[in-house]
Amino acid sequence: MQAQTLYEKLWSSHVVHQESDGTALIYIDRHLVHEVTSPQAFEGLKLAGRAPWRVSSIVATADHNTPTDHWDQGIQDPVSRQQVETLDANIRTVGALAYFPFKDQRQGIVHVIGPENGATLPGMTVVCGDSHTSTHGAFACLAHGIGTSEVEHVLATQCLLQKKSKTMLVKVEGELAEGVTAKDVVLAVIGRIGTAGGTGYAIEFGGSTIRGLSMEGRMTICNMAIEAGARAGMVAVDDVTIEYLRGRPYAPKDAHWEQAVTYWRTLISDEGARFDKVIEIDAAGLLPQVTWGTSPEMVTDILGRVPNPASVQDPVRREGMERALSYMGLVADTPLNEVEIDQVFIGSCTNSRIEDLREAAAVARGRRKSDRVKRVLVVPGSGLVKRQAEAEGLHEIFVAAGFEWREPGCSMCLAMNADRLLPGERCASTSNRNFEGRQGNGGRTHLVSPAMAAAAAVTGHFVDVRTFERLAEDGA
Amino acid sequence: MKAFTILEGLVAPLDRANVDTDAIIPKQFLKSIKRSGFGPNLFDEWRYRDHGEPGMDNASRPLNPDFVLNAERYRGAQILLTRQNFGCGSSREHAPWALEDYGFRALIGPSFADIFFNNCFKNGLLPIVLPEAVVDGLFSQCLANEGFRLKIDLREQTVSATDGSVLSFEVDAFRKECLLNGWDDIGLTLRHAEKIRAFEAQRKVEHPYFFA
Ligand code: SF4
Repeated sequence: MQAQTLYEKLWSSHVVHQESDGTALIYIDRHLVHEVTSPQAFEGLKLAGRAPWRVSSIVATADHNTPTDHWDQGIQDPVSRQQVETLDANIRTVGALAYFPFKDQRQGIVHVIGPENGATLPGMTVVCGDSHTSTHGAFACLAHGIGTSEVEHVLATQCLLQKKSKTMLVKVEGELAEGVTAKDVVLAVIGRIGTAGGTGYAIEFGGSTIRGLSMEGRMTICNMAIEAGARAGMVAVDDVTIEYLRGRPYAPKDAHWEQAVTYWRTLISDEGARFDKVIEIDAAGLLPQVTWGTSPEMVTDILGRVPNPASVQDPVRREGMERALSYMGLVADTPLNEVEIDQVFIGSCTNSRIEDLREAAAVARGRRKSDRVKRVLVVPGSGLVKRQAEAEGLHEIFVAAGFEWREPGCSMCLAMNADRLLPGERCASTSNRNFEGRQGNGGRTHLVSPAMAAAAAVTGHFVDVRTFERLAEDGA
Repeated sequence: MKAFTILEGLVAPLDRANVDTDAIIPKQFLKSIKRSGFGPNLFDEWRYRDHGEPGMDNASRPLNPDFVLNAERYRGAQILLTRQNFGCGSSREHAPWALEDYGFRALIGPSFADIFFNNCFKNGLLPIVLPEAVVDGLFSQCLANEGFRLKIDLREQTVSATDGSVLSFEVDAFRKECLLNGWDDIGLTLRHAEKIRAFEAQRKVEHPYFFA
């Protein structure tokens, strides 16, 4: 048989029907649902008098609107509350494999809870009305975001209308330096190919650097595939994938486990498989990354400077840069490590898993937040992450450093709840989007890794985390 | 879904690359559980001088006179000219809902973000991809001629200007058929219900652990 890429294997094993122009009906195994993009879909279903096709494919949670403190007081914002209550009511009526409502111990960001509960499995198609569904591709799934009409379509038919994507291999080779993480890798990839570089492609991330990453790191990378324009990112199955899944609540058990593992082992790109495009990245010389503009592709490393639009020929790009610098309140040629910050956000589906919190805590340990920093929010990705972090005592490190330890949710990643920047405030954020207004109207976002965010919190400006000594556990 | 056949309408130029979905419709408006009413908050942060929140009386808010859609000459525009990678960012369908609610029926640009592009078709909004140089030309014509209009014929896959010039564009045959007829995707898919059921049954046999 002809050598196939991982994407081609996933695609061909889900085609139910194909139109003559290549549009295919793809079967959906897992449907993740949250409160923001689902109400209109459930309503459409009801208005058309249609029943959901397979409710046991649904895993739902409330994450975007939920507050991250004072849970005893419920959701104060009436509009947010209505949206969350609408989800409660819809799931109560329709049913689901699992529902983790507001305040549930396993509630959390939809892209964190799927994997940690073993509801995201290799070989599945996974969809959600949320663009960062690409995260789940770290498990060799075909996972991508869909719009609300498609949420309704999946509810009603268990299928999605799709055209096959082109394939891209992003091959990252080399060992990462201490202090350089998956987040830096993916920011560097986006800096290289641009936010539209992956449009029309499904990206497979491969190479020794990727194989050396934990599942958390791989999720961080696939999470931001969409920031490179690709709906789906993915990583082939290996021992790391399988070990992560063993024993998770919805992962297969006993004989099914053995059967599943045998199948999962085939979920790799075959030797000699052809990709439409191959990008090679050398990770060995990679430095920690910081974005300076209003698009994730506007990125440089910590030793770099804010770029100068005068040096750019293309007028559309130059104007875009000028607009970004003016919005960000930055002067061309300023060294990044002199840029001072007002707030720090450690969280989001990119970087709110246990490993991320450990990295931030390793930097924060025995140190204190800089006086010029107004607030440092640490928002775990889920209730389970929160409990794990507390079991490890990470919350005590954060609190001792003057950081705020919050309840799980999307929080200041998109500022739909009360956590947000004020106009003009500058934030070191571990999230995935630095768009204008993303973290609050007029707010200025710089995307960084959790370690870099913690280092910025304690110094008050961006700083090369590699120069930071990690203080020993006893505080010496 | 509204059918799309021929559209003859006023063109407005939005001269920015990488316009993201947060710019098209800021997140505070995503709290609505309805599908309609997003038009007054399209491009909210650029369009108004104050900060918009749901429930405000948009008609009495201060407009930003520098924002292109606020210019008198573009009032009632139905076709939006865009730059590359329009609609990047989130999967929120509120973006095409807002564009459609505002009155746009078609977008013309050199490239669109994938999920956004797809969402447009589900809402009777036609995104047309033309080469960068051609889009550049349309921007110049639009800026130079007040009242610049285009005629889009989906069946013929053409965009024609009043000076007689005709451009042709590509569109997937399946999407075109759906849009021309205003077909509902779900209804179409359910014609294959038997096939879906058979596929599902087979999958359950081969991969029972996906159905736990
Ligand atoms: S954390 Fe941010 S990017 Fe992730 S799902 Fe929530 S809002 Fe979206």
